[in-house]
Amino acid sequence: MTTGQATAETPVTQDTYALSGRDRAFGLIQRHGATAVLVLLLVVGSLSFSRFPTGENLGDIAITSSFPAMVALGMTFVIITGGIDLSVGSVFALGGVLAAYAVRWGTVAGLLVPLLVCGAIGLVQGLLIARVRLAPFIVTLAGLLGARGLLLSISHEGATTYLIPHGSVLARLGQGHLFGLGYPVYLTLALFVVGGVVLQRTGFGQAVYAIGGAEDAAALMGVPVARTKIVVYVLSGMLAGLSGTLNAARLSSGVTILGTGMELDVIAAVVIGGTLLTGGAGSVSGTIAGVLLLGVIQNLINQIGDLSSSYQQVVSGAFLAVVVVAQTYLSRARRL
Amino acid sequence: MTDPVPEQRNAGDPPVLEARDIVKRFTGVLALDRVSLSLRPGEVHALVGENGAGKSTLIKVITGVHRPDEGEVRLAGRPAGFTGPLDAQRAGVQAVHQEIGLVPDLSVARNLLLGREPRRALGLIDTRRMHQEAARTLESYGVRVDVRLPLRSLGVGAQQMVALARAVSVDARVVIMDEPTSSLEPREVETLFGVIDRLRGQGIAVIYVSHRLDELYRICDGVTVLRDGRVVHQGALADLDRLRLVSLMLGRDVAQVRAEGVTRFSGAHEAAGEPVLEARGLSSRHLLDDVSLTIRPREVVGLGGLLGAGRTETAKAIAGVLPLDAGGVTVAGLPVRRGSATAAVRAGIALLPEDRKAEGIVPTLSVRDNIALAALPRLARAGVVSDARIDRIVETFMRRLRIKATGPHQPVAELSGGNQQKVLLARWMATEPKVLLLDEPTRGIDVGAKAEVQALVDELAEDGLAVLLISSDLEELVEGSDRVVVLRNGAVVGELTGDELTEEAVMTTIAAHTREEVA
Repeated sequence: MTTGQATAETPVTQDTYALSGRDRAFGLIQRHGATAVLVLLLVVGSLSFSRFPTGENLGDIAITSSFPAMVALGMTFVIITGGIDLSVGSVFALGGVLAAYAVRWGTVAGLLVPLLVCGAIGLVQGLLIARVRLAPFIVTLAGLLGARGLLLSISHEGATTYLIPHGSVLARLGQGHLFGLGYPVYLTLALFVVGGVVLQRTGFGQAVYAIGGAEDAAALMGVPVARTKIVVYVLSGMLAGLSGTLNAARLSSGVTILGTGMELDVIAAVVIGGTLLTGGAGSVSGTIAGVLLLGVIQNLINQIGDLSSSYQQVVSGAFLAVVVVAQTYLSRARRL
Repeated sequence: MTDPVPEQRNAGDPPVLEARDIVKRFTGVLALDRVSLSLRPGEVHALVGENGAGKSTLIKVITGVHRPDEGEVRLAGRPAGFTGPLDAQRAGVQAVHQEIGLVPDLSVARNLLLGREPRRALGLIDTRRMHQEAARTLESYGVRVDVRLPLRSLGVGAQQMVALARAVSVDARVVIMDEPTSSLEPREVETLFGVIDRLRGQGIAVIYVSHRLDELYRICDGVTVLRDGRVVHQGALADLDRLRLVSLMLGRDVAQVRAEGVTRFSGAHEAAGEPVLEARGLSSRHLLDDVSLTIRPREVVGLGGLLGAGRTETAKAIAGVLPLDAGGVTVAGLPVRRGSATAAVRAGIALLPEDRKAEGIVPTLSVRDNIALAALPRLARAGVVSDARIDRIVETFMRRLRIKATGPHQPVAELSGGNQQKVLLARWMATEPKVLLLDEPTRGIDVGAKAEVQALVDELAEDGLAVLLISSDLEELVEGSDRVVVLRNGAVVGELTGDELTEEAVMTTIAAHTREEVA
C-alpha cells in the first residue's frame, strides 16, 4: 500500500481486503489471455512453418490486421460503455468509396470528407442512442443498412469504381513502407497508444468505464452519460471511416463490396481481447492482441496449403465461443 | 460513552434544509400531502414509515429527482429549485442509496474520486496521487484497503463506506442515508455511527432512514414519521417511546387496537395433526439468522415485523428462491432439496410473491393461460397437454376463486388488481400445493377485493392447506392468522398465539429492546 506517513486520525476500525490468488489468476486470464495465446501461436507457427516467421510474412499480418484494428479500437470504446456498433463494416466501405470519390478535390478532401461523413453517421447514431434512448443494436443495424445504401448511391449501385491515382499522396499513405512495415501499421500503433491513454488517464475514459459498469450510478456520480455515449459512437464512426480510407488508398480504389460482415470480425476481436460484451471492463491492448490473434490464425491456415481458407472462419468462430464461455465463467466465479 | 446524543446545541441555528408543504401526485394518486421537514446543521434526523408511506418520494423530491407539485425545498434559506440529482449534489445535498450508487468494476480509488481525480500536465489523471489521496481519505473512515482493487472485491460494509466517503467529500451540507445498515455487520455499523458522529461535529445534517429502532434511538435527534404520504408525527426522538413510534408507523393507535376489526377472516378453521411444513434454522448472510417455523394443515401462520425484518426473505427461502447458508425445509416429513425452486414446487410449496407484476403475472396472456402456466407439467401426458383438461381446471378455479373476467380468454392485464391476484392464486392452486406462502396478498388492491382475498385465504386453510401469511396490515395479520411469528433483523423474536395474539402484542414484540446491553 502507498500510505507512507502516519495519519493523525485514528482509524475507527481496520479492515484489510486483498484479492485471493484465485481472483488474481482470473483477472490475469481475463486481461492477458489473448496475448498469451497469441504468443503461443507465434511460437508454434514459427516452429511449424519455415515461411511463417519471415519479415515479409509478419509484415503482411501487420498491415492486413491494421485496418480491422483501427475499427476495433473504436469498437472497444463502444463495447466498454455497454453498447455495440454494427454499422462499422458499412461505414468502413463507405469511407473508402468517399475517399476515392473526394480525392479529385485534393488529398485533404480525400482524408477529410470520409472522416466527416462517417463521424456524422456516428453522431446521428449516438444521438439516437443517448438522447432518444433507442437500443444500440437497432440503431446501428439501421446505420449498417443506411451507410451501405449511401455507398451504393454514390457508386451507382456499384457500377462506378472510383480510383485513387497511383503516386498521389493519398495512395502513398496507404502503400508506403518504413522499415518493412506499411504506414497504416504505424498510424494504428499511434492511435492505440493515444486510445490507451485516453481510456486510462482521462475523465472521458473514466466515464466510458463507469457508464458500462453501472449507468445509473454513473449518472448519479455526475458522469455526463449522454455526451460520453455520443462521443464514443462518433469516434467509432470516424475510426471506421479512417480505416476504410487508408484501405482504399492501399488498394488504389474505393471497392464497394468490402466490409460486409467486418463488424462481426471486429466485435469478435474485441471480445477475444478481454473486453466484456456487457460493458464496464476491457482494454485497448487486449483488443490489439485479439485482432492480431485472428490475423495470425488466418495466416497460419493459409500456410497449411491444402486446407481451405474457409476453415479460418470455423477456427475463429470456435475460438470466440471458447473465449466467451471462459469470460462468462470467470466473471461469474469472481462475483460469487 | 459519555454523551452519545449531544444536547440540542444548535437549536438556535437557522435550518440548513427545509421542505415546506410538499405535495406530490403521481397520476392522480397523492404520494405526499403537505409534508414539511426542517433540518438544522449537525442534526441527525430519523425519517421512518412503512412501505408506501412516502419516504422515498420525499427523498426524491429533496434530491431533485422529482419536482414537487406544490411547496418548495429550501437550502440555507433560499429556494433550492434543484433540476436533478446532480444539481442537488453540487449544492451539497448528497444521498447514499441502499443499492450503493457506485461502479463495481472500477477500482476503489476511481470510484471515490470519479470526476475529481488529481491531474497532471495535459489534464491527464495522476494515478499515483489518486491512489494516495484515496487511501488517505478511506483510512480516516476506518477502511484500509488496496485502493487499486475493483470496488467489487470489497465487503459490502467497506463499499458503503466508500459511497459515504465520496458523498461527504464533495462539500456536503446534507447527507441522506437510505437504510445504510441493511447490509452491514455489527462492527461496521459501529464504524458508520462513528462517521455520523463526525458529520454531526462538522455541522453536516443527516437524514437517516431505517427501520431498526435500536439504531434510531442511538444516533438520531429528531424524527419524522410518515404514513400514507402525511406527517403523522414530528419532534425529538427522545420524547417518543418505542411502542408509540411503532404504533405511529403502522397506523394503529394503541388504544384503538382493541376496537372491532373489519377484516373478513372468520377464523373457523382449526389446525390439526402433524406439521406439514417445517423450516429449520434458515440462515442467509445479512438476511436471515436461524429462522425456524412450522405450519400444520388447516393453519394460517402470520409473519410479523417491520419492513426489512426478513419476512419476504423467509418466504423466499422456504420456496427455494433465496440461497441459504444453513438450514432446511421439510414438507410432510420429507426434506426438500435446498436452493431449488423446482424441488420446492414439486414438494407442494407455492409462493405468491409480493411484486405480482414483476414476479408473477404474464400480462399479455389470457386468464386461462396464466392459470395453466404452472400446472402444465402436471397436466401433460407424454408431453402433450389436453386442452379439455385445462379448460376444466381453469373453469373450476375461476368459479371457486370468483375471478371476475369476461371469460377465460380475456387478457389478464385488463383485470383489476384484486382479480389479477386471484388469477395468480388460482395458478398455484392448480398445482395442488400443500403449503401456500402468501406475501402481501392484499397489497395494492381495493377494499372490496381485499375482503374477498381474505375470505379466500380462510377457505383455503379450511380445505386443509398450510398457509404462511405475510402482511404489513397489522389487523389483517392478527385476524387472519392462528399464530404470528415475529421477526426482527432477520431473526425470530417472538411467537404469539391464542389470546396473546393482539395487535398491541405484535407491536410490543417488534418494539422490544434487544441491544440494551450494548450501551
